[in-house]
Amino acid sequence: MAELEVDVRGQTCPVPLVECRKAFKKASPGDLVIVKGTHPASKKEIPMACEAMGLKVLEIEDKEGGKEWEIKIRR
Amino acid sequence: MGEKAVIVLHSGDMDKVYSALIIANGALAMGMEASIFITFWGLMRLKKGELEKGPLSKMNMMGLGRQMIKKRMDKANVVSLERLMSDFKELGGKIIACEMTMEIMGITKEDLRTEWVDEWGAVGTYIQEARDANITLFI
Repeated sequence: MAELEVDVRGQTCPVPLVECRKAFKKASPGDLVIVKGTHPASKKEIPMACEAMGLKVLEIEDKEGGKEWEIKIRR
Repeated sequence: MGEKAVIVLHSGDMDKVYSALIIANGALAMGMEASIFITFWGLMRLKKGELEKGPLSKMNMMGLGRQMIKKRMDKANVVSLERLMSDFKELGGKIIACEMTMEIMGITKEDLRTEWVDEWGAVGTYIQEARDANITLFI
């Protein structure tokens, strides 16, 4: 199982969502996709997108004192 | 068939083209299909070299307002329309160009970025596309 990192720190709407979708297309089932970002709305919208597409969100974690977040998703 | 969003882009204003492409990309990113039916002033933005050149829908002030907004967008790290269009195509989004408007405005296929256009059509094509859509918007 591969690990894919999506670094969208500093990016704003709709790039974090779009880059996640690109990564899900590239990844194989079972792969781990790790998304790092700063855009506040995307922190809740990426899990919404995952739920809509039937992907499992493993972890949502705040980093750098809340300025950054990291979401781990199983493709 | 999956869920689908179909947007009519009638406006060629920069801010409205942003709305259309951001919503369409959002739909694709959230697992839906998405199409944009481009007609009237929207078609101007499909012309070669014109995607980024629309005026602001309000307070354009001969381009001064537009310049101010563009500066603030750059500062907020908003990506270009060119990038949004390329993401839209990469994620499988579909562009339909209105042939009747092309005739009215004297636009030929040679004037347009045909590499973006998946289909040429009229109102029937939009209705057929939208009849099983979950979201449809007129911008």
